[in-house]
Amino acid sequence: MATDPAAMRARAPTFFDEVVANTPGNPRLEMCIQCGTCGGSCPSGPDMDHTPRALFAMIEAGMKDAVLRSNSPWYCVSCYYCMVRCPQEVHITDLMYTLKRMAIQEGLYQESSAATAPEFSETFIDFVENYGRSFELGLATRYHLRHNPMGAMKMATSLGLGMLRKGRMELNPKRIKGIAQLKTILTKAKEIGGAA
Amino acid sequence: MKYGYYPGCSMERNAIAYHHSTMAVAGALDIELQEVEDWNCCGATEYFSLELLPAYALVGRNLALAANQSVNGNQLIAPCSACFLNLAKTDHYMSTSPDLADQVNEALAAGGLHYDPGSVKVRHLLDIVVNDVGFPAIAEKVTKPLYNLRVAPYYGCLIVRPGTQKSFDDPEYPTTMDTLMQTLGAEVVDFPLKAHCCGGHMTQISENVALEMIRRLLKNAADYEADVIVTLCPMCQLNLDAYQDSVNKLFGTNFNIPILYFTQLMGLAFGMRAVELGFGKEFVSATLALTKIGAEPPPKPKKKRPAKGELPMPAMPEEDNQ
Amino acid sequence: MSKEKIGVYVCHCGTNISGTVDVEEVSKWAGENLEKDGVVVSRDYKFMCSSLGQELIEADIKEQGLTRVVVAACSPHLHEQTFRTAVKRADLNPYLCEMVSIREQVSWVHTDKKIATEKSKSVIAGGVKRVAFHEELEPLQVPINEATLVVGGGIAGIQAALEIADSGFPVYMVEREPSIGGHMAKFDKTFPTLDCAACILTPKMVSVGDHPHINMYTYSEVEKVDGYVGNFTVTIRKKARYVDTDVCTGCGICEEKCPQKVIDDIFEAGLGYRKAVYRPFPQAVPKYPVIDTDNCIYFQRGKCKACQIFCPTEPNSIDFEQQDEIIEITVGNIILATGYDLFDARRVPQYGYGRLANVFTSLEFERMCNAAGPTNGEVVLRDGVTTPEAVAIVHCVGSRDRNYNNYCSVICCMQSLKFAHLVKERTGAEVYNFYIDMRTPFKDYDEFYQKVLEEGAHFIRGRVAEITDAARMPGEEGKLIIQAEDTLIGKQRRIPVDMVVLSAGLESRADAKEVAHKFGISCSTDEWFIEKHPKLDPVATMTEGVFIAGACQGPKDIPASVAQGAAAAARVLSRIQSKELALEPVRASVIEEKCSGCRICNNLCPFNAIIFHEDRMVTEINPALCQGCGTCVAACPSEAITGTQFSNEQILAQLEGLLMLDVEGGLVSMLEPEMA
Repeated sequence: MATDPAAMRARAPTFFDEVVANTPGNPRLEMCIQCGTCGGSCPSGPDMDHTPRALFAMIEAGMKDAVLRSNSPWYCVSCYYCMVRCPQEVHITDLMYTLKRMAIQEGLYQESSAATAPEFSETFIDFVENYGRSFELGLATRYHLRHNPMGAMKMATSLGLGMLRKGRMELNPKRIKGIAQLKTILTKAKEIGGAA
Repeated sequence: MKYGYYPGCSMERNAIAYHHSTMAVAGALDIELQEVEDWNCCGATEYFSLELLPAYALVGRNLALAANQSVNGNQLIAPCSACFLNLAKTDHYMSTSPDLADQVNEALAAGGLHYDPGSVKVRHLLDIVVNDVGFPAIAEKVTKPLYNLRVAPYYGCLIVRPGTQKSFDDPEYPTTMDTLMQTLGAEVVDFPLKAHCCGGHMTQISENVALEMIRRLLKNAADYEADVIVTLCPMCQLNLDAYQDSVNKLFGTNFNIPILYFTQLMGLAFGMRAVELGFGKEFVSATLALTKIGAEPPPKPKKKRPAKGELPMPAMPEEDNQ
Repeated sequence: MSKEKIGVYVCHCGTNISGTVDVEEVSKWAGENLEKDGVVVSRDYKFMCSSLGQELIEADIKEQGLTRVVVAACSPHLHEQTFRTAVKRADLNPYLCEMVSIREQVSWVHTDKKIATEKSKSVIAGGVKRVAFHEELEPLQVPINEATLVVGGGIAGIQAALEIADSGFPVYMVEREPSIGGHMAKFDKTFPTLDCAACILTPKMVSVGDHPHINMYTYSEVEKVDGYVGNFTVTIRKKARYVDTDVCTGCGICEEKCPQKVIDDIFEAGLGYRKAVYRPFPQAVPKYPVIDTDNCIYFQRGKCKACQIFCPTEPNSIDFEQQDEIIEITVGNIILATGYDLFDARRVPQYGYGRLANVFTSLEFERMCNAAGPTNGEVVLRDGVTTPEAVAIVHCVGSRDRNYNNYCSVICCMQSLKFAHLVKERTGAEVYNFYIDMRTPFKDYDEFYQKVLEEGAHFIRGRVAEITDAARMPGEEGKLIIQAEDTLIGKQRRIPVDMVVLSAGLESRADAKEVAHKFGISCSTDEWFIEKHPKLDPVATMTEGVFIAGACQGPKDIPASVAQGAAAAARVLSRIQSKELALEPVRASVIEEKCSGCRICNNLCPFNAIIFHEDRMVTEINPALCQGCGTCVAACPSEAITGTQFSNEQILAQLEGLLMLDVEGGLVSMLEPEMA
């Protein structure tokens, strides 16, 4: 056939292609008509430096640096309002997760106002990988003491003590029996690769 | 009725009230919940932010273990919305993307496990209560109706969105828990933000943003004069309850709304004692609110005659239920 | 050795075919290898459909005495007629020309040149072997009844009816509501001229009502359609009005005296009331009221009868015993102009329609603005008295949305601009239009946008995410908040307003599928009626004699509906003037001696073309209705049904030809002709 799309696309993958490839399923990012429903629905939208819609326009424009430095993906609370309301069925929340992962990979999140967010996730997962369960007390101490010692002190006295007093926080982490099995699985998964 | 049961990390400590009340109510309704042997954390919203395949593999281990136990046609119940979403999402994406399924299974195989996508049906606890048990059966068990108690049903996000299981309830305007509360005899406060986000882990990332989100919910419920807010997710309960004081301090408000689990109210209506149902674990005490429960239902408000010149409203399907 | 003399013509179609198929080789191959099948000449040419190309064929027919022609080119949908006409000009029966597609079915779907070339040879071989079995056929001539049925009394139907009736031919108009006028009668002003809708519509309505050649059946529905183009028998149910239209003067006293008020869901869009005995609006055509028996006190409980008591005519116009009437008419052509339904905005819970009092739909707002409407034309809140100080108008509700309807509803942007203008004119309130794109394509439409800009309406480019009364801060208390991203700034905004108007999209009628089935036409996935060709034939359908006009074919504005109504009328008039219609003779027919009367075929026909004769226990196929789909031919266990142009011999011969070669060009062993 005279016009062959596959031939036309035989060029180096763009940032757009990268984002799409790293998202499970078909996120339909190319279908975005920039209507703004996502930006309008987002509960933390006003606090993001770029609304989700703006971010997608920037991805389309190839602005990799600016996108991965943005605080927007870190302010995403995964409420899925955007994805449910999007008239073009773009998988917005899934794309936000992809941008988080890419920002960590490229180390570009450091300068965003949510610079500590990845470390929260990393600390959380560190416990999960070693015990098989999450451990709030450990997570809070390690994360908050490192990033916000004063705030950590304040929280410890009100919230932390309250949680302990009411028996709503474990003092010690719980370990699952099959932790070795879990570790093997996760190591293999990391070996195979992060993307689908 | 027997089901596979995935409690999730919160049920052990943070949401111990949810755990006690769920067990009590399950007993009363003849629901047997068989816990998945040696389950691991689902990763909440954290692992997907770091690495994709390990995140799926983490959840995949639970699905594989659940599939092996095959209880009641391989149904797996999760009481926590985030766990529910992670399990459902993993199963869904593995079903629709064979490449992903192969990769996840390759990782699981390293641990001697395997999961066939679609072999476990993941459901939320509320789903089986309202659909499998059904409102008539629940009504039969109600011995102490919650008359006079104004209850604001709060769903949060992840139980109804993104809706990999499209049939459960409306993603914008869910009503199953509303009907459940009505069945228990309570006054249901249909507040508009009932499916809005509690902020999730934002309390740890940017506290002010999170507290604002929590404030909006509390304000709306208070504006609608709710006595209690009833939830179905440990994260929502924690945010609205444990941070209510911080909200008050930051914004100068004085909210005092207890945040309870729907199973706790079910237990109360079934005539169980509060202490069996985890009452007392909440930061904002429910004691005062519970004294409002009366012996008689409040009188039905008279249907107002439309004022002169008032234009009629369109008919809504809910009106048929009243 | 075949006794036929076949000419094969292979088209290059510029490079469309020759770019992938080695056309010269194919032509040469046909000339050499199909000689024993009767091919005496085989040519290739750049553009067979051109005059010169056609002349090639004509010359060969005359000079070489060709008895059959095979043209290998594009799809028959495009040029079958061209080549048949060319052949006819050379005095050969047009049905002795067979067209095979080596473009849509070969060059446009294959990239491997070798395979494409071999496949072309196979396809042509099939055509050549088949065409030997073609017979001389004449098109079927059916007479055309002069009368026309127009279903739907909206603006498109009215236009169509008037055009035909003004030419002197009889029209039957069937309208399901008590009055004609359709949706247009409900509007206040129409864009872009801001004409009063009723003022421009009612003259046409009156013309229809008074027209000597139009028989109007209102409060009626079509029950059954039998027959075929030129000769349809239509059964109409004229529902009982319980009013004797021979006596009733339309004075309206019955309506005045009726004590039963009912919410008017149809004409007033649920925003106003009517009585149990009512006329939908003052300028109704015809002027006679109807009794709504579901809400009439007499019909429900046996009491009242106020209408009858107060009716001044002698004898009394109210007739509680009136029955539905069944009327049968015969017409030659049918025009469907059944219009649209409004998207149900209750399906979008985040917009609050139905729960938030001051959220209105477009139709509700039209009624509000209409001087004869429930608020006498005043723009007020749901309480009926308060004037809003800020109004939001939301575009694209239920349209351009994969969660509801994928398509653009065409009229909403202009309608929203009109609303902005009306609000400004009547209240001086602040107006905010929330849009994704501004669609103002036609004559004077963009100028209308300029006008509304001049009037100071605010335009925010952002699809509304939520409409809520959940106030976050003091300034929002007691207001409706529109939450949307102002995409041109890149920030989420919350705009407090008093009133919201949702420009809900257009949808096909709820019963569109049943109606389509009744008339023998089809619906698209969005359930709009399907036209014959979306670009070149928007008012005809695949069923001869049935035409569509107006919004039932797809969302459109009034000028387009009027144009389509007139277009459909023109098509019908040309049929009537020709007095006869030539139908393609590609038909199935039953060999009576072989028919066992098993009736398996009877229910299979999608065109209701099969008749069973109880007396002789045989099936017959109506040649005028039959479209030659072949379903019955395949289903008949006795092989008693054969299709002209699709007989068993023709198909088997074509298969033989198709299977002559494998894709490497080697010969496949020839198949026995008697394989089944």
